[in-house]
Amino acid sequence: MKYKQKIVLAMLCLVSAGQALAQLEIEIVKSEVDALPIAVVPFAWNASQPPPAVAVDEVISADLYRSGLFAPLARRDMIEQPTAPVDVRFGTWRLLNTDALVIGQIDDDGDSAYRASFWLFDVNTGEQLLALQESIGVDNLRFGAHRIADRIYEALTGTPGAFATRIAFVIQTQLADRQSYELVVADADGYNQTSLVTDGQPLMSPAWSPDGRQLAYVSFARGNSTIILQDVYTGANRIIASFKGINGAPAFSPDGRRLALTLSRTGNPEVFLYDLQSGEFTQLTRHWAIDTEPVWTPDGRDILFTSDRGGKPQIYSIPAAGGEVERITFRGEINAAADISPDGQLLATAFAIDNVYKIAIHDRKNEQLRVLSDGILDESPSFAPNGSMLLYAAKEQGQGVLYAVSADGNVRQKLVTSAGDVREPVWSPFDQQ
Amino acid sequence: MKAHLRTMTVLVLLLSLAACKKEQVRDTEVTPEPTPEPVTQPDTNRLDPRDYSDARNLDNPDSLLSQRVILFDFDRSEIRAEYRALVAAHASYAAANPTARIMLEGHADERGTREYNLGLGERRGNAVGNAMSAQGARGNQLDVVSFGEERPVCTTSDEGCWQRNRRVEIVYTAR
Repeated sequence: MKYKQKIVLAMLCLVSAGQALAQLEIEIVKSEVDALPIAVVPFAWNASQPPPAVAVDEVISADLYRSGLFAPLARRDMIEQPTAPVDVRFGTWRLLNTDALVIGQIDDDGDSAYRASFWLFDVNTGEQLLALQESIGVDNLRFGAHRIADRIYEALTGTPGAFATRIAFVIQTQLADRQSYELVVADADGYNQTSLVTDGQPLMSPAWSPDGRQLAYVSFARGNSTIILQDVYTGANRIIASFKGINGAPAFSPDGRRLALTLSRTGNPEVFLYDLQSGEFTQLTRHWAIDTEPVWTPDGRDILFTSDRGGKPQIYSIPAAGGEVERITFRGEINAAADISPDGQLLATAFAIDNVYKIAIHDRKNEQLRVLSDGILDESPSFAPNGSMLLYAAKEQGQGVLYAVSADGNVRQKLVTSAGDVREPVWSPFDQQ
Repeated sequence: MKAHLRTMTVLVLLLSLAACKKEQVRDTEVTPEPTPEPVTQPDTNRLDPRDYSDARNLDNPDSLLSQRVILFDFDRSEIRAEYRALVAAHASYAAANPTARIMLEGHADERGTREYNLGLGERRGNAVGNAMSAQGARGNQLDVVSFGEERPVCTTSDEGCWQRNRRVEIVYTAR
């Protein structure tokens, strides 16, 4: 327990260390977390450019920390700061109760890149677990640090890291004379925001293509809801659906060939499939209820969706090839806007009792339920591509904010975003490069 | 004494029953007759606020036609009794003015997921559209668009604000 207090202090130190980090809020929900003590020593800076305001080791530590699986040592407790393997004295780190140690160096790699060399050690055995070099573009140092964190995470947990990924979300801002809506893409920790679409009319429901190159979303620029497909890098876009009634809730199939979406052109909202190559629409659900928010199972066989056919919204399943509808969620008055973990076993929903909305995880095998958030209007859960964390939207003092929470619910972090009403976060697939 | 009390009780009960009955009778008597529409004089200066065919009443604060917002109960799309006259007035206007075009904008409060609320807003728009059609508006005069919870009129998280957001707005795109 004392140890955990030390982590909080350590993080407070980190927070005061850099101006950018000053906005970082990390909250330990359960202090009995069984997190692995790790030390990420400041990397030696041998490059010709001046070092960045937020050092590489700080970005790595923050990544590992918010996964909930690691307890990084504060810099000021590092009584030694080795930057090369020969300088490491394991006895020191054992005394500090550190189980894993990361050291590194940053050098020039030509004119426009850095070469990051880093090592990971098991302090107790003295074993070298990683010795790697990464080439990082000079404008990309922060993302490069996320890639290093991914390698460390994978070496120590056996699961690929998802720090070097991106997120998309919507920001609504009240300007002097009008509302502004933006579809934004940022790094997984909320930094490096770029605006993809800006409009005076609402934007909704962003969805990543499996290759991370495209986003489907809903625009009201034409007066009514319209589904747009847009290239993240070139900005090129096209209209997918602009029928009478609702055109909403796009979701890519795992193979990227189809979209599941909601249309109400038949009179009320139904789930349809859209073939991106042929442009053909196939109606999947047929019910007078609201059927919407489709999401694919990772094997692409089934579509889960929200329906109020039973009275209140719950999650149902239908084969993507069409067939019988089956109810999936039974716990809680309302379950909606489901997301499925990459292994297909967990279902995250906006879960409500007495109209208080929280994020819950339903284990599809043992039917256990775990409530992950403590807000009153939490929504839009979205799994990281490795299933270790989730993003969701919450409301605080009338403003939307984003949270990242570890899948076990133990560590929660409010993301740093630009001001405005922020909502509908969606986590990208793994970086394809 | 006891018997006396019992008699009293019975009396009181009978009296109150009678009162109920009387009230019911009175209720029926008082049921408002559909007020006869005053014979419209070709007097252009005098505007009858209950003349729901007159476009000037769309801007007349004394006329129901100037009211364009219908509020709904949580997660419901039934038109409340208090809004039936308002809906009927706009239906009369549409029936009397075939070139009028109306957009019914459906909205929801912030509770519930965004795409579900898009469905709920459409349900509300359709409920108003169906009621207007049943009262004489033609199908080609009415359009429904749902904005779900994306265009709130207020943003505090309390019932007062939520109620204002659970609405259908009647928007005349042509008078």
